[in-house]
Amino acid sequence: MDLSTINPVLLIASLMVAATPIMLAAIGELVVEKAGVLNLGVEGMMIIGAICGFAIAVETGSPLLGFVAAAVAGAVLSLLFAFLTQILLANQVASGLALTLFGLGLSALIGQSYAGIKPPPTPKIDIPLLSDIPILGPILFGHDLMVYFAILLIAAVWAVLKYTRLGLILRAVGENHDAAHALGYKVVRIRILAIMFGGACAGLGGAYLSLIRVPQWTEGMTAGAGWIALAIVVFASWKPWRVMLGAYLFGGVTVLQFNLQAAGVNIPVQYLAMSPYLVTILVLVIMSSSKARSAMNAPAALGRIFHATH
Amino acid sequence: MVSFKSILTGAVLALGLSTAAFAEEKLKVGFIYVGPTGDFGWTYQHDQGRQAIEKELGDAVETSFVESVPEGADAERVLTQMALSGTKLIYATSFGYMDAVQNVAAKFPDVRFEHATGYKQADNVATYSARFYQGRAVIGTIAGRMTKTNKIGYIASFPIPEVIRGINSAYIHAKKVNPDVEFKVVWVYTWFDPAKEADAATAMIEQGVDVIMQHTDSPAAMTIAEEKGIYAFGQASDMSKFGPHAQLTAIIDNWGPYYIERTKAVMDGTWASGNTWDGMKEGMVVLAPFSDALPDDVKAEAQALADSMAAGTYHPFTGPLNKQDGSAWLADGEVADDGTLAGMDFYVEGIEGDIPK
Repeated sequence: MDLSTINPVLLIASLMVAATPIMLAAIGELVVEKAGVLNLGVEGMMIIGAICGFAIAVETGSPLLGFVAAAVAGAVLSLLFAFLTQILLANQVASGLALTLFGLGLSALIGQSYAGIKPPPTPKIDIPLLSDIPILGPILFGHDLMVYFAILLIAAVWAVLKYTRLGLILRAVGENHDAAHALGYKVVRIRILAIMFGGACAGLGGAYLSLIRVPQWTEGMTAGAGWIALAIVVFASWKPWRVMLGAYLFGGVTVLQFNLQAAGVNIPVQYLAMSPYLVTILVLVIMSSSKARSAMNAPAALGRIFHATH
Repeated sequence: MVSFKSILTGAVLALGLSTAAFAEEKLKVGFIYVGPTGDFGWTYQHDQGRQAIEKELGDAVETSFVESVPEGADAERVLTQMALSGTKLIYATSFGYMDAVQNVAAKFPDVRFEHATGYKQADNVATYSARFYQGRAVIGTIAGRMTKTNKIGYIASFPIPEVIRGINSAYIHAKKVNPDVEFKVVWVYTWFDPAKEADAATAMIEQGVDVIMQHTDSPAAMTIAEEKGIYAFGQASDMSKFGPHAQLTAIIDNWGPYYIERTKAVMDGTWASGNTWDGMKEGMVVLAPFSDALPDDVKAEAQALADSMAAGTYHPFTGPLNKQDGSAWLADGEVADDGTLAGMDFYVEGIEGDIPK
């Protein structure tokens, strides 16, 4: 065992990269759930984003266009879920699961001719001087744009939910759709927009996997990242900054585990692999332990079908 | 006399029947794969073997495949379906299909099964595998020569004999040419998960590893090695297009010749069950062209080692060798037997860390 071989600076830097896809997907899902909709299709939207972003980046040679395409693709796929649950009033859990399965299959179909191709490289921001600062430089200033974009997105979602009228309406719809409806807000329309935002974020997260983190396209490459994103939203008790914390924790576990193994520490891999889910269960238990707490956190109308009676 | 006559008639009749059968229908050959054919590793190579059959035997055969079949109940369903649809020879190309193959083979005695890397045979089930550890010996030698940090990373999948054998073989030969070499083994518990494989590669590189080997199926680690400017070895397939500078060589699984031979055997009726474990000598394990990054003397050394194994004059597990705990395993000049190799569950002396249980 030689822990000194682990370089904490590099560890934190690669932890930030590992956390970015699930952070993007989770902050999108947070907005969806804040609007009172539970979309379990995150995994499906992520992988569709992964392949569409990859395909467009390869065809056009521009990673930026790839990310835009991924966001659009995720949003389009989420419209299917929106149509089923908001217009046809189908069960949200079943529709979400169907979306995941559909996305996995569809992405494999689209991706058949894209296996074994290298995507165009995404440039890293290299701010001279700043990225040369010892310790802080590699952690804060040596990443690609998407890492910063994800953090900015967290801040934006937090600010919008907390300080703006838009955020207030969104929360009202998620807490009590009947009341929001009575006040004249278009519950269904707002929810559809939230679902599309969630889809776009999940698509971006997927594209981050296929364009930057791996970077290549392989079938089923999200490998459960969408489910981790769902767990993070609960873990964060629907608070944006805690989503960031959760993503670093959950994303960090894998990176940390490989680093520990390489350093010769003998920790059974299975324990670390299940730890994020254990923490989520723990958080769920703590949250439900008192009525006041749970009322403060989970959106009251989460997963409930809204049917306008007039 | 009568019995002789009847046998003769029977034989002639059978011959006539079988030629007639050949004239009107092709031999159907089926493959089931554990991953997608586009994994550019393990499954990709099996599919290359399938295509080799088609190329060699042309109109006499008709091949089909089912990809990404999970090991377990699904495999049994797919195998049954294949057998029911008239497939007479089925290649099951993953270790975990073993019991499914046994079950289905018992129900369809006239269908021949070939199971890769398994150990259970039957009258109509043969097993086959390749001596990948010979390739590991060569890449171990190259890694030992090329590392500057003396740290070699090894992305391992599951702690099974096949994988442990590879680690041992690579380590023994790296150590032989570079006594200071140190192996960092990371277990990822998957055959195929590009994100995990990439993370494992990144973690090792951050700890000073400058040559990476893998026993997983995707080229993700190769992509990372290329990006970080270090060296790596292709696994199962030539991965140079993912790492044109990074790949030093690759261990290529060359199933084509075996597949052609066995398919022909079914066609002319000489197929028999058995266990095949072929290596460089038979051409089942092949090396990709050496990279230009290798100095000429290292190229020559690696080639000489490969040649000696192909000629059968050298065995990668030749004593004196001790087990990790220091106890004696092979005496000077003694060669490991296939039984021990097939069930290998220990590291050789010098490797740090424990094999996970």
